[in-house]
Amino acid sequence: MASKLTNEAVIERIKGQFGSDILSAETPYDFLTIEVLTSKQHEIIEWLKKDEMLSISFLTNLGGVHYPEQAGREFAVVYHLQSMVNNFRLRLKIYVSKENPEVDSIVDLYVGANWMERETYDFFGITFKGHPNLVRILNEDSMDYFPMRKEYHLEDATREDKDDRFFGR
Amino acid sequence: MGKIEDLEVFNGEGYQLSRLDKVIAAARANSVWPLPFATSCCGIEYMGSMGSNYDVARFGMERMSFSPRQADLLIVAGTISKKLAPILKQVYEQMSEPKWVLSVGACASSGGIFDTYSVLQGIDRVIPVDVYVPGCPPRPEQIIDGIMKIHELVKHEGMRNRYSDEYKAKLDKYNIEVNGK
Repeated sequence: MASKLTNEAVIERIKGQFGSDILSAETPYDFLTIEVLTSKQHEIIEWLKKDEMLSISFLTNLGGVHYPEQAGREFAVVYHLQSMVNNFRLRLKIYVSKENPEVDSIVDLYVGANWMERETYDFFGITFKGHPNLVRILNEDSMDYFPMRKEYHLEDATREDKDDRFFGR
Repeated sequence: MGKIEDLEVFNGEGYQLSRLDKVIAAARANSVWPLPFATSCCGIEYMGSMGSNYDVARFGMERMSFSPRQADLLIVAGTISKKLAPILKQVYEQMSEPKWVLSVGACASSGGIFDTYSVLQGIDRVIPVDVYVPGCPPRPEQIIDGIMKIHELVKHEGMRNRYSDEYKAKLDKYNIEVNGK
């Protein structure tokens, strides 16, 4: 079933409210993707949830991405949001630097974000300000690094029986 | 019942004499109680070994013991993540002596295809292993072959082995105390 909203109408509506806080808007594979100012992310997600026309009030997923080559904006946090009543999906991205990878928690808006933010912290070391219990969730508690950061090898570092040249060690 | 090949008996009128350690070993080997520590596809193959087609009960193993205190054989079947390793070690420590460990499949034996930061690269990094069964996953015939090899070890278990300095030295390498001492 087609969406009741078009990408153009949604962009227009969001930009009408937030203007220059929306840094870019693209539609890869017809999937509206917006990048917003990191400091405004909480406010925008809250507005999307409460706006009567858009009613984008469901958090499908939340995760991190590491782009080590982008100086000053190494980490992205990506939110997949959905409007159930309009059958419309939106991807919202924010970027932070590796020196200060801190973003606002949205647990107060979506309780389901609790474990997703913990997972993002666990693997990327992105901290979520205002999260009620920001501790590791999947990896062992004694782990002393964030394994999805690209400077760390995927492979186990303690193996001695493999040719390191072929295994990234 | 399985027999102990080198068990010498002396039959008299109304009595039979033999060696106590060999008789105990025969009794143990024919009633090994396994604790299946199964986490993935190897666990499914072990369930196949338990079922009527292959039937480990033929070898006196019909009772799976999910309490470590009543188990003789720890069967580790499947991928063990590093987060699970302390729990596996705790289960092993809770088993009473004498105890044996069967490592089923590539993952339990070496980490298998999961050469990655989150997976333990072989359970022998945290507990001593007696028999390794290769395969990804091994067929029930292979698992039963591994169990047969465990039975051979059980049949030749001496009465004092578990109190020996060699055994203590082996467990010391894993930081495990012998008999709570």
